[in-house]
Amino acid sequence: MDSFRDKLVPVTSILAGVVVLWYVFAVILNAPFQRDLDSRANETPGAVEFIGKTLAQPKPTLPAPHQVAVNFFENTFLRPITSSRSLVYNAWVTLSSTLLGFAFGTALGIIIAVGIVHVATLDRSLMPWIIASQTIPILAVAPMIIVVLAAIGVTGLIPKAMISTYLSFFPVTVGMVKGLRSPEIMHLDLMHTYNASPSQTFWKLRVPASVPFLFTSMKVAVAASLVGAIVGELPTGAVAGIGAKLLAGAYYSQSIDIWSALVAGSIVAALLVMVVGVAGRIVDRAMGGRPA
Amino acid sequence: MTGISPAVVAASKLGLTFQTNDGPVQALSNVDLTIGKGEFVSFIGPSGCGKTTLLRVIADLEKPTSGTISVNGMTAEQAREKRAYGYVFQAAALFPWRTIERNVALPLEIMGLSRAEQAERIKRTLDLVNLSGFEKKYPWQLSGGMQQRASIARALAFDADLLLMDEPFGALDEIVRDHLNEQLLQLWARTNKTICFVTHSIPEAVYLSTRIVVMSPRPGRVSDIIESTLPKERPLDIRETPEFLAIAARVRDGLRAGHSYDD
Repeated sequence: MDSFRDKLVPVTSILAGVVVLWYVFAVILNAPFQRDLDSRANETPGAVEFIGKTLAQPKPTLPAPHQVAVNFFENTFLRPITSSRSLVYNAWVTLSSTLLGFAFGTALGIIIAVGIVHVATLDRSLMPWIIASQTIPILAVAPMIIVVLAAIGVTGLIPKAMISTYLSFFPVTVGMVKGLRSPEIMHLDLMHTYNASPSQTFWKLRVPASVPFLFTSMKVAVAASLVGAIVGELPTGAVAGIGAKLLAGAYYSQSIDIWSALVAGSIVAALLVMVVGVAGRIVDRAMGGRPA
Repeated sequence: MTGISPAVVAASKLGLTFQTNDGPVQALSNVDLTIGKGEFVSFIGPSGCGKTTLLRVIADLEKPTSGTISVNGMTAEQAREKRAYGYVFQAAALFPWRTIERNVALPLEIMGLSRAEQAERIKRTLDLVNLSGFEKKYPWQLSGGMQQRASIARALAFDADLLLMDEPFGALDEIVRDHLNEQLLQLWARTNKTICFVTHSIPEAVYLSTRIVVMSPRPGRVSDIIESTLPKERPLDIRETPEFLAIAARVRDGLRAGHSYDD
């Protein structure tokens, strides 16, 4: 736990700095509108009162941290989780398609990587396309996937999960290609001296050697999946999910809602990455990993 | 010298040329060598003399480009397919995700032995290298010398009569090395295996071997073969006897004659 304590002070200092900066910018950015309001109402508040007002607008340009915190708390803990305004409910909607897409993406990434490592033709033909696929902006692809799938009658969870898959298979493919190729020549020679079959070499050497690479790439992939799920909610006019909350907030200028949805999304992302990290550490320990 | 026992390794006019970007490199040229059953043969020479390459050709990890090689009366490839030899690399090359006993079990799993048979052989070979009690440890929990002993156990586990060792103690300090040399001789005496041992240490070669093959580079070739006159029973202090020093001197002369000290 010492490493945790070592990190606590620097991380908290940065957080405090960010919060202070955030307040400063909230005052600066909300001031013009507040001045406007005051002049119309013929009021001339003192400096302290003026700053107080800039931090308490109902639809501020930049909400103050405490406004976001209050909104986040209300929508997370005070609403029934079945309510469409509950952040827990919306986060769950996004999380479910994230997890489905992540599972698809990881499976697809592993399958492609195994193909690339074992079939020389695939290595040459597929890899450039896979890299090209990630240069296409997802915002352009997402509506097409949703529309095309809707046309053939697939709606709901699957189209969103497909976008998550699209974003998450790539890091897994790249990581697993590297991982499956990571065994040292000496280890491969050793298997050769035993006259091991290709499948024995694969299961007994390449797969175990690739496990650390898998978990590293899964950490990237799970965060990408969440982004995919949120992006997938934007063009569909989805009624629920973090993405839908962001979009609705933008329509109705509910800037505080947008920010608290953003906070919810970040917390979900952090939790997902943490869960994958912990799973990775458990597996590493089970495979005889040296304690750090 | 090997007339009575059948040849375990027989090389005739063996040559191997690597094609590199800087043109062909003759790693082995015209190697004639016969190794009989139960011999302990060391290959010694400076880097680039082809001693490791020769061992890899015997192991069918490299294909010769000329001449012939036979192992146990078969081609090197057939011998490898029959798992005729155990190979010990410069590094222990243990799988870090397997415990010591699972590492030793690796070749046995590949050969498809039953669990019971595996357990019996693991116990026997770990006993042989004095690693009993370390079955459940992972490689990183063992010292370098113990790791290399585990890798020797792994090479012994499937009862091949031929042991190919490529500078197995090269990365270890001299104290550990002395100790392992002594243990290796005991192991050789007990198991009656044929051992091919690559080294660049003259004392190590003289101490261990019944025969020393001196090699020299550019092109890699055998420049001298020295029969050891030392008895089979060799305590460590045999290395101070005049007989030992005489053989060591001959090896050194052989290396010099091969222009091995040119650069």
